[in-house]
Amino acid sequence: MTNLKRRILMKNMAVIGATMAVAGTGVLHSSEVHAARPEDAFKAKTVKDALIGLYGHDNTESSDKIKLKLPDIAENGAVVPVTVSTDLENVESIAILADKNVTPLVATFKLEPRTLGYAGIRIKMAKTANVVAVVKANGKLFSTQTEVKVTIGGCGG
Amino acid sequence: MANTIKMRATLSGDVCTVKAIISHPMETGMRKDTKTGKVIPEHFIQEILCEHNGEQIASSNWSGAVSANPFVTFQFTGASKGDLVRLTWADNKGVSDSVETGVK
Repeated sequence: MTNLKRRILMKNMAVIGATMAVAGTGVLHSSEVHAARPEDAFKAKTVKDALIGLYGHDNTESSDKIKLKLPDIAENGAVVPVTVSTDLENVESIAILADKNVTPLVATFKLEPRTLGYAGIRIKMAKTANVVAVVKANGKLFSTQTEVKVTIGGCGG
Repeated sequence: MANTIKMRATLSGDVCTVKAIISHPMETGMRKDTKTGKVIPEHFIQEILCEHNGEQIASSNWSGAVSANPFVTFQFTGASKGDLVRLTWADNKGVSDSVETGVK
């Protein structure tokens, strides 16, 4: 097992090493990335603080127009597939949070007008918790949440 | 160019679905090495950018709580077969990569 992990690590290291060489050719520059990134929200320890960091307030309205596709039980907290889809119109952004993680905010998606209100990602969860999806549409915040039971936490230790 | 991204863009009706897997360790900075007991420094993708024919369709900010070797999917309208879709990532160590693929 340890040997296998080491091998995967080595493989990743090789990939990183190779990408380092071409880092300069990327479209994104790190200064650009840092400017756009809501650091306060990502460092927040509660869902409330994370939302305040992202949107300036946490007045969310619960909505049944947001569908959150999740497993009921996640055997491995390191890989929990999450799919958010919504019928709401004029979706500007989607945020995914896991409320019992040390820093709940996992990912934010900024969508353009012709992008559908849809995002899929795989996240890590420390323990059994609610996964919260917050959708910003027409300037208002809508949210929905679902509990996922986690048998083995995915945040290490 | 070492390719860290596997991506597919498929058209079904009006909707183009972009699916991508990126090979990346996504270290949270909270995990410890089981042998040395030292904390493994954080190393995760911070930003994702998805473009269609040079026009941005979605961007995403991530924390270290996105799974290792992340999988991400988006859907958008207005694409036709053969159009180019580009996905770019950048991590907290300043590493980045991007890939371009044709819509099928």
